[in-house]
Amino acid sequence: MPERIIESCNVKRLEVLDEKGNADESLMPSLSDEQIKKMYELLILSRTFDQRALNLQREGRLGTYASILGQEASQIGSAFALEKSDWIFPSFREMGVYITMDYPLHMLFQYWSGDERGVKCPDDLNIFPVCVPVGTQLPHAVGAAMGVKYRGDKKTVACYFGDGGTSEGDFHEGMNFAGVFKLPVVFICQNNHWAISVPREKQTASKTLAQKAFAYGFEGIQVDGNDIFAVYKAASEAVRKAKDGNGPTFIECFTYRMSDHTTADDAARYRLKEEIDSWKPKDPILRLKLFMEKKGLWNNQYQTDVENKARETVDEAVKREEAIEHPEPKDMFTFTYEKLTQRQMRQIKEL
Amino acid sequence: MPKLNMVQAINLALKEEMQRDKNVVLLGEDVGKDGGVFRVSEGLLDLFGHERVIDTPLAESGITGVAIGMALYGLRPVAEIQFMGFIYPAIDQIFSHASRIRARSRGRFTCPLVVRAPCGAGIKAPELHSESSEALFCHMPGIKVVVPSSPYNAKGLLISSIRDPDPVIFLESTRLYRSIKEDVPEGEYIIPLGKARVVREGKAVTLLAWGSMLHRTLQAIEDIDAEVIDLMTLKPFDEETILKSVKKTGRVVIVHEAPKTCGFGAELSATIAEDAIFHLKAPIMRVTGYDVVLPLPKLEDFYIPTTARIKKAIEEVMKY
Ligand SMILES: Cc1ncc(C[n+]2csc(CCOP(=O)(O)OP(=O)(O)O)c2C)c(N)n1
Repeated sequence: MPERIIESCNVKRLEVLDEKGNADESLMPSLSDEQIKKMYELLILSRTFDQRALNLQREGRLGTYASILGQEASQIGSAFALEKSDWIFPSFREMGVYITMDYPLHMLFQYWSGDERGVKCPDDLNIFPVCVPVGTQLPHAVGAAMGVKYRGDKKTVACYFGDGGTSEGDFHEGMNFAGVFKLPVVFICQNNHWAISVPREKQTASKTLAQKAFAYGFEGIQVDGNDIFAVYKAASEAVRKAKDGNGPTFIECFTYRMSDHTTADDAARYRLKEEIDSWKPKDPILRLKLFMEKKGLWNNQYQTDVENKARETVDEAVKREEAIEHPEPKDMFTFTYEKLTQRQMRQIKEL
Repeated sequence: MPKLNMVQAINLALKEEMQRDKNVVLLGEDVGKDGGVFRVSEGLLDLFGHERVIDTPLAESGITGVAIGMALYGLRPVAEIQFMGFIYPAIDQIFSHASRIRARSRGRFTCPLVVRAPCGAGIKAPELHSESSEALFCHMPGIKVVVPSSPYNAKGLLISSIRDPDPVIFLESTRLYRSIKEDVPEGEYIIPLGKARVVREGKAVTLLAWGSMLHRTLQAIEDIDAEVIDLMTLKPFDEETILKSVKKTGRVVIVHEAPKTCGFGAELSATIAEDAIFHLKAPIMRVTGYDVVLPLPKLEDFYIPTTARIKKAIEEVMKY
């Protein structure tokens, strides 16, 4: 009996927009000029937010912060494909997703300043609080998708995590359930190439992260994560597929974290400057700008207006956040259980 | 003798043990190239190479499970879990396996493993970076739990932990990592597991603490003739030293940062009540964290037991 190949796996990579701002028309997702401008404005707003957060942290006005510098297109491009009624399970590095979904900006600052009240999601959104333990949110997203399917709703669940997250057991258990039950969930992995000091190659021996989906029986695709059109296209197709009852998709956004892992980290200890420099021309904002310029959607005045608007929005959010009163110590008791326990009642009196 | 902080003292212990015994290997997230997020393993990769200082994938259950396998095979793995809150994904391996391998194999296989993790609040870190869940591990038979409170003790206790034939959870207070310096000799010295340390002798009241709370407790005693005991090992804990002190003073205040309910203080009070109740002049008091999810930085100072709360508890027991 000869040995036979009984299964093999192909991994697709999607790129739409090149570094010079030229888009492949045959792959270009359908987006109006207004939508493209909206994307650009979200990119600028997210970057402005991020830079401000880093500054505030340096001034001691925010706690440890996880920057999204360089990953904006992966976040905004994917979140742009979602509707407000969809459910989102982020990790801790999805400020661009929160911003795209219109999460109140001052509340994001509030969270990063160490005030829990900042993650109380407004009622018209279903975006979960920052998930600090890496990879543990996947099974939750899958469970919510099980709920969507059970109720027959037309919704998708989007779940975000990093390359490091793919090493955790929960990643594999969540992916496996999603495949077995063919659930309406879109896994969005931002492969930013590093999990603190550990490079992607030391995280997994597989050549791509996208191919991991193959083992669980559904499609995985790699997209250029600095190309907002590619990310948007892959995400909107995955969302459509999920809503049509055709199961999960895994999207690997191939991107790069330009800043330190967090403000508590010093990436210079383990990353080469040349590597960082090689990613500079791939900047997601620059690329969309070049595209828009060619299309006549961008000029200097527009840039100034967008930047000013973003700065004002962020200033306003900081002002609003800093005017909020310090939380009351008793606040830490309020949400442990629905009702205080007898012992908690006594403890509150000690405060 | 060099004055070292806790990070340097632990680093020295690791280095000397690795030099002494080639079975000692380190593994964990960012322990190699980065030298650990708190720099505890700084320089060890250069000295011992990638085979003995292993940067692992981001997987606590994997790290612990693999370390268990190494230990079964005869190595002496020291696994680092980046923060105590991230030990939870590894609990299955610790509870279902590390703790019971000796018992299940009737002593044929053993698990001489050390799991190190930074613990405790007060450094304004994000969620799950500040846990004090030592009691969970103390409850599980087969596991030892060590919590050093100073650089000198950290070195001696870590050496004992690495040489110990059973699995040890070794908890390092992030707040103490760089805040105290102490003479720490180079070369081998051992502080045995299971022994408490009388930090200060006194006759009026016994104060029991460990890790960072020891320091806060010491700050809280003013003109009181208190006896202060640093438990150092919580499992197995030094009943003899504690009971001896309680029999002398007749008063006890226990201080820990973990929540009160089912915290390790409960075990200590029950032991004292069982074995020394007729020596007590006052009720046993516990000063602890509250029964809440540990708050984010804006409220953490309200959570951690303050010197004022410790003082008040001491005053309370002194009334009797
Ligand atoms: C379970 C768990 N282990 C360890 C950590 C500490 N930690 C925080 S982020 C991080 C690296 C995450 O890398 P990746 O998943 O690639 O996401 P990135 O931060 O690069 O976006 C680590 C080890 C954690 N938060 N949770």
